Amino acid sequence: MSDKITGAEALIRGLIAENTDRVFGYPGGYIIPVFDKLYDYTDRITNVLTRHEQGAIHAAQGYARASHRTGVVIVTSGPAATNLITGLSDAMMDSTPLVVITGQAPSSMLGTDAFQETDVMGITQPIAKWSCQIRHADDVAPALARAFHIASTGRPGPVVLDFTKDAQIGLTDCRYTPCRYIRSYNPNPEISDTDIAVAAQMINASQRPMILAGQGVTISEAEAVMTELAEKARIPVAATLLGLSAMPSDHPLFKGMLGMHGNIGPNINTNRADLLIAVGMRFDDRVTGLVSLYAPQAKILHIDIDESEFNKNVKVHATVHGDARQALTRLLPLVSSRDRDEWIDSFDRHNRVEHNRVALAAAYGTDPCAAPNMGETARKVSEAAGHGAILVNDVGQNQMLSSRYFRFTAPRSIISSGGLGTMGFGLPAAIGAKMGAPERPVCLFTGDGGLQMTLQELGTVMQYRTDIKIIVLNNNFLGNVRQWQALFCHNRFSQTPMLNPDFVALAAAYGIEGEDVATRAELDGAIDRMMSRHGAYLLNVRIDPTDMVFPMTPVGSAVDHIMLNPDEIYTPV
Amino acid sequence: MTTDSTLYTIAVFSENHVGLLSRLSNIFTRRCLNIESISASACSIPGVHKITITCHSDPEMMDKVIKQIEKIIDVIKAFCYTDSQLVYQEVALYKVPTSTMLRENHVEEIIRRHGARILEITPDYTVIEKTGHYSETENLFEELKRYDIKQFVRSGRVAITRSPIEHVDIYLHDRQKQEPLK
Repeated sequence: MSDKITGAEALIRGLIAENTDRVFGYPGGYIIPVFDKLYDYTDRITNVLTRHEQGAIHAAQGYARASHRTGVVIVTSGPAATNLITGLSDAMMDSTPLVVITGQAPSSMLGTDAFQETDVMGITQPIAKWSCQIRHADDVAPALARAFHIASTGRPGPVVLDFTKDAQIGLTDCRYTPCRYIRSYNPNPEISDTDIAVAAQMINASQRPMILAGQGVTISEAEAVMTELAEKARIPVAATLLGLSAMPSDHPLFKGMLGMHGNIGPNINTNRADLLIAVGMRFDDRVTGLVSLYAPQAKILHIDIDESEFNKNVKVHATVHGDARQALTRLLPLVSSRDRDEWIDSFDRHNRVEHNRVALAAAYGTDPCAAPNMGETARKVSEAAGHGAILVNDVGQNQMLSSRYFRFTAPRSIISSGGLGTMGFGLPAAIGAKMGAPERPVCLFTGDGGLQMTLQELGTVMQYRTDIKIIVLNNNFLGNVRQWQALFCHNRFSQTPMLNPDFVALAAAYGIEGEDVATRAELDGAIDRMMSRHGAYLLNVRIDPTDMVFPMTPVGSAVDHIMLNPDEIYTPV
Repeated sequence: MTTDSTLYTIAVFSENHVGLLSRLSNIFTRRCLNIESISASACSIPGVHKITITCHSDPEMMDKVIKQIEKIIDVIKAFCYTDSQLVYQEVALYKVPTSTMLRENHVEEIIRRHGARILEITPDYTVIEKTGHYSETENLFEELKRYDIKQFVRSGRVAITRSPIEHVDIYLHDRQKQEPLK
């Protein structure tokens, strides 16, 4: 009997067996036994004590996406569990592998409205890949093993384990065995020869193909084979927001970002292409614009591991169901080179117009006394980091402009809340990203609005001395909503102006260095000081609130209906 | 809401995991689809549960719904059928006052004609059972109306495919071969 352990210890041992050396957690009543046992294992597992459970889950997301490992979150029941909902939904939308453990009232008290009891299964099921309640110590090891298997394989996602108090303190002799097989779940579907043959035939027959690279390319580590295939067959590549950095920004076949604030070349050419090769992307409405006018000339070939994405948002002509790297590897020998120079050059023609008409003003300013632009700040920070940093951003204008003007040289270099668009994601995700990739510089672009949604995590930065560079693009406005109000609501700025605190003084209160940048003349020096400083730094950059994100495809328009500025629609030559 | 009025029958084969039913129903509610009927029970394969759902929709939506259902981790397989592909039945129970039944002499004839049967007679009430298609149980309901029906209940559809191929057996057999050796 002496080798029996508690359910709490079974959990910790299971985490160790899964090579987990870091968890993001916050203790509370019904999870005390787990944190008590964690105290015995501090040499093997470090807990990052965030200041709010939402911070914990976003940090775990940043960690998972930077490190390509499964993020682990441990919190208590009730309010702690409900504080995770935004992060769960975000991780579900953006396919982020998480194992989330919530404490729960003892099983004998379930359904009695016990103190800090909430229906975690009921609440989390619609926004988690899998939810499971552990009500007995013997079930800890198998449930955790399944959780890691499910979270990290196939299309990754968040998994919830609702862990009752009695299961934590109960005894078990069940030993941990990793799970490799669930009969009702096949995360690695065998790709059919026919599908590959059809796909290759479509690619070889096309004159104007384009690869749409989504985050699936990064998740399956298909970056190299995708680049090889693009080079061999001479196919231009465009990326979704989360697909950025799968191919180096300066690769001659990389033609930019898709979608509402993407580059003109790929958006215009979406509707001129005769073949779209979608790899690990899901035709989000921010990518397609008006679906009825999307890619009218193109056949669509969809490669994805999630079968439910096929024909969900757009009708496709052929599918390859499976892992992107396996699919592209099998396609590679079957595709042939074609002269597509004219087609490839057509992207550059449109992108040159964008450079001259939009980017020059957005990313290169001249007046030294004026406030810097958002795009310019992003471009300069990217340069200062040698284009090797991980870009983490919040949501809104800061997200779009930093994604547009950052340059990427290595995979896994952008961490952004794509599907859910979660304001407040940035700061905690940056903390997690730095912990997941400590050898890489991490630059967070956030706004004055988003930063204040999870501002308390400056305490986490302080406690763990997390070396992140925080660039606040501060226009004292909820800038993206302001932009829509300016463009579509006759400048009626309803509830978007904000009276903000002194962010540099706030950072100082947390022992974080920082400085204000009010003019363009101050920007370069401030960025240099930030990048050369070892440790966290906050740059509060004053932005002119009228600075907007362009190009822009307005909601309800075709993807090739592109605003260059508030008054002008792009007319391709 | 869809305007297409085709009735589809969805057969879901799953592990018996707590919460599966709510996860299933979420898929319908989120897409504003009304579940017409639902029934759940064990099936011939040990440990596997079968849930039968009927729903009015169109083929495109059904295709999406089936793929969303199969995405649920504990779902083994899901299929969508139209009526011609199935042998199906529903059970209906009718409770009528025994006194009104005895006053009328048509009741026995009605029961015979509809292939229904009496399950229980007490001085107060009589319970009649009819198994059949929706229209059949509905027709009997219409005829019994004048006998003052006190309670009426109809089960969800249960269905068996006409196909000679048992797709779930094949799937499970194939999956078993993929199971790594312990």
